[in-house]
Amino acid sequence: MDQSRIRNFSIIAHIDHGKSTLADRLLERTGAIAERDMRDQLLDDMDLERERGITIKANAVRIDYDAKNGERYELNLIDTPGHVDFSYEVSRSLEACEGALLIVDAAQGVEAQTLANAHLAIESGLEIIPIVNKIDLPAADPDRAARELANILGGSTDEVVRISAKSGSGIDDLLEIIVDRLPTPIGDPDAPLRALVFDSYYDTYRGVVALIRVVDGSLTEGDRIRLMASGQDLDASEVGVRRPAIERTGRLVAGEVGYLITGVKDIDLIRVGDTVTQAGNAASEPLEGYAEPKSMVFSGLFPTDGDDFERLREALDKLRLNDSSLRYTAETSRALGFGFRVGFLGLLHMDIVRERLEREYDLDLVATAPSVEYRAILLDGSEQIVQSPQDLPSPGALVTIEEPYMKVMIITPSEYIGAVMELVQTKRGEMGEMNYLSPERVELHYLMPLAEIVFDFFDTLKSRTRGYASLDYEPDEYRPADLVRVDILLNAVSVDAFSTIVHKDRAYNYGKAMVHKLRELIPRQQFDVPIQAAIGSRIIARETVKAKRKDVTAKCYGGDITRKRKLLERQKEGKKRMKMVGSVEVPQEAFIAALKIDQD
Amino acid sequence: MRAPVSPDPANGLAPDSAVLADLATEWKSAYVHVPFCRRRCPYCDFAIVDESAGGALDHGQYVEALLSEIAMESRFGPLDAVNFGGGTPSRLAPRYLVAVIEALGERFGMKDGAEMSLEVNPEDWSDEYGAALVAAGFTRISIGAQSFDSIVLEALGRLHDVGLIEAAISGARSVGIRSVGIDLIFGHPGETDESWERTIDRAMDVGVDHISTYSLTVEPGTELSRQVHSGAPAPDDDVQADRYQRFEEVSRDGGFVRYEISNHAKPGHVCRYNLATWAHGEYVAFGIGAHDHRWGLRGRNHRRPDRYLEAIAAGKRPRVGIENLTAPEQERDQLMVGLRLTAGAPLTPTAQRFVSSAAGERLIRAGILEVVEERVRVLKPMLTDTVAREALSVSLNDC
Repeated sequence: MDQSRIRNFSIIAHIDHGKSTLADRLLERTGAIAERDMRDQLLDDMDLERERGITIKANAVRIDYDAKNGERYELNLIDTPGHVDFSYEVSRSLEACEGALLIVDAAQGVEAQTLANAHLAIESGLEIIPIVNKIDLPAADPDRAARELANILGGSTDEVVRISAKSGSGIDDLLEIIVDRLPTPIGDPDAPLRALVFDSYYDTYRGVVALIRVVDGSLTEGDRIRLMASGQDLDASEVGVRRPAIERTGRLVAGEVGYLITGVKDIDLIRVGDTVTQAGNAASEPLEGYAEPKSMVFSGLFPTDGDDFERLREALDKLRLNDSSLRYTAETSRALGFGFRVGFLGLLHMDIVRERLEREYDLDLVATAPSVEYRAILLDGSEQIVQSPQDLPSPGALVTIEEPYMKVMIITPSEYIGAVMELVQTKRGEMGEMNYLSPERVELHYLMPLAEIVFDFFDTLKSRTRGYASLDYEPDEYRPADLVRVDILLNAVSVDAFSTIVHKDRAYNYGKAMVHKLRELIPRQQFDVPIQAAIGSRIIARETVKAKRKDVTAKCYGGDITRKRKLLERQKEGKKRMKMVGSVEVPQEAFIAALKIDQD
Repeated sequence: MRAPVSPDPANGLAPDSAVLADLATEWKSAYVHVPFCRRRCPYCDFAIVDESAGGALDHGQYVEALLSEIAMESRFGPLDAVNFGGGTPSRLAPRYLVAVIEALGERFGMKDGAEMSLEVNPEDWSDEYGAALVAAGFTRISIGAQSFDSIVLEALGRLHDVGLIEAAISGARSVGIRSVGIDLIFGHPGETDESWERTIDRAMDVGVDHISTYSLTVEPGTELSRQVHSGAPAPDDDVQADRYQRFEEVSRDGGFVRYEISNHAKPGHVCRYNLATWAHGEYVAFGIGAHDHRWGLRGRNHRRPDRYLEAIAAGKRPRVGIENLTAPEQERDQLMVGLRLTAGAPLTPTAQRFVSSAAGERLIRAGILEVVEERVRVLKPMLTDTVAREALSVSLNDC
């Protein structure tokens, strides 16, 4: 296809603002998919994506569109994850496009995530088509949403397209606008091949399938190719496009989007962001912007039943086939036995991985409180990376600890500014800029330690603003901080899985709250269980779970032994979800208790 | 008609003796369920017919059904013990009780000196009724006293007062019932330490041979459960543990021996039916919601009177289900129920595996369980379910 008739674009939207519905409608309207094959969220393959209404993996689909000018156009829609955790994936997807549709819900208006991704799109030089969706909702305020959009993009409200993806109203016009407004690709078809890998997934039969955008040159099946970042040479065994079903075309040229299969099984050989070129006629420079995925949040994952360790390893290996950002190393906890220290892109990523492990691989897991990556500067001048509280060197060996800070953006209705400011202050946030998007809505900027965000910050923010505030963040610098490790002792034995690094000023309250919470969560046992919080050898809080004194039904059952046995067996099943920590039975909830603690 | 008072084969053995518990394993008993109650008590979840709520079931019709059911039972016995439970067995007129006893005797035979017991509510007692019971062959009664504190009685929703309890006890003594017992319920949130203390003192003084103490339990679906869910105070485990312990101390001094978690007898007055149940003995059972145990089978009857009567009318056993236990499963049941006995359960291969498991050893170290003279015993009866749960997790594979 001639580049002048190719349009590559993605859709940017906050969760639930209608991205997947719009994609569904575009596919349907252009006849890319027959009505009988239509289902909701067509581009979201994973069960979890459908259930949560989110996109986790990118997807690309080619649509043929016959425009009103009589020409046939090739539209490539690249569906991207919207969440901040996947912002690197989003940036690569945007890199593969010339334009973006920025959708905003007519009732909700602009959200922090929309704004962050819009900024990404602007920085990538994309042409943006602002769209207000759900204009037919009773609570819709399309004019306000349009004003907010025009405000961010610096354009006029006339440029804002109004649609209802659900009813299909405005979709025909939108297709024309896509053809008219979006720029054509401008690669050099005769230059050596350069194609961007913007996502990849694992197929049991085909191996790794890379989604690529050809920038310069062309790619034909049978070519010997080279991945410029990994330095790997491979054969292009199959090349084609997705409509959304796979269609083998044998060739992709400059400006086009499609897939590449090399028969490779190891996802690490074809990484997102890498540049594909010809091995025999290599480009001199790769495309810009390749970066290694960076784990931001770490948590220990342990099987409740120690025998499941190997199954957990296999499950992680399998998940990683599709998710090169997942990092894990075996870890041993005195309390929890064998497990893995797992690095995640963020909290949503962590949640998704944990849920998939439990659901798709039927594992019962204990997850320890999430931690961030600290840098410990030692007396001898060396630096040590600390991903787990247990690894924190003793205070005597330390000069200082540094922790990651984030640039945080919060968008909230202006009436909640006070509540947000108060909350952020308790989380060691430093106020930056404040911009009014409209008289009713404000954009607040902060610098905040990531460690404070990974506790229950988002939930608290939502509850203090009645669900209206939205949040986005990106890494900033590391900064020294006055941090200590608080250990928790059960029955006088330190439980490594409960250790947490907290700010010194917060340690006492944290210890007290944690000990109190654990006393509520740990059931009474056959003996008194003292629960203590300690910094080093100094005990800062203590409570006791008193020994259980009555555990019997002292009544007669009219000889109904069956019922009694079944009752006891049911109770026993309930106890299986407990983890033996030394001689103490600890319920799984206790391990995430640290997350729910109000430290103030 | 047999002599009203027979020599007790258990005489000379302490109520908590292991020898007695072993004997009880071989006893054959019969249970007869009498569902009628003047009204349902707020804590009760048993299969009953609440006659205040228009529960129309004719006593004569029900007894006819019982007789048919007894006739359908296969050979068993002769019987060592017969127990009428409820419900309120004392709602039945003596002629009905006699009819059932005669049917049981004809069908299964009675051992010489067999125990014949029934539960009596104080408000049903009259000396004439008592005399009729003795004439019918009853050797023991268990009076549903529940408390000697009128405030607690009212809180429990009982229809009698303290005076009626005392009248029933002295009446039972005077008509010559061999063993007279009372039931007590402790741990109602309306009960205080002092009130319980008074109840215990009275129970020691009124001259009974047997006392059953039950901790008030909130069963799902009961009026009490509804009250607790709408904010009324629930019974407290620690308080109940204290009350239980207090009763243990006082009753021991009063000459009672605890032979099962809830049951205390003076020497010679063990309830045989009761002991046999926990010693894994066999029993046949008749009436709505009744449960039997024989040949490694545990059967249960319809709880609903209409279904029960329909089945009988159709000439069928009124069963809702039968559980068929393998030999290892029976051995595990024997361990589970035997742990409730002061004498404990015999050290079968299953019991042996349990005590040598990690959980068993932990319980022994914690002073909750012990193994002595080829028996496994729970030392802290209030923690019996803790032990039983662990015992149920022991594998059955290698027996």
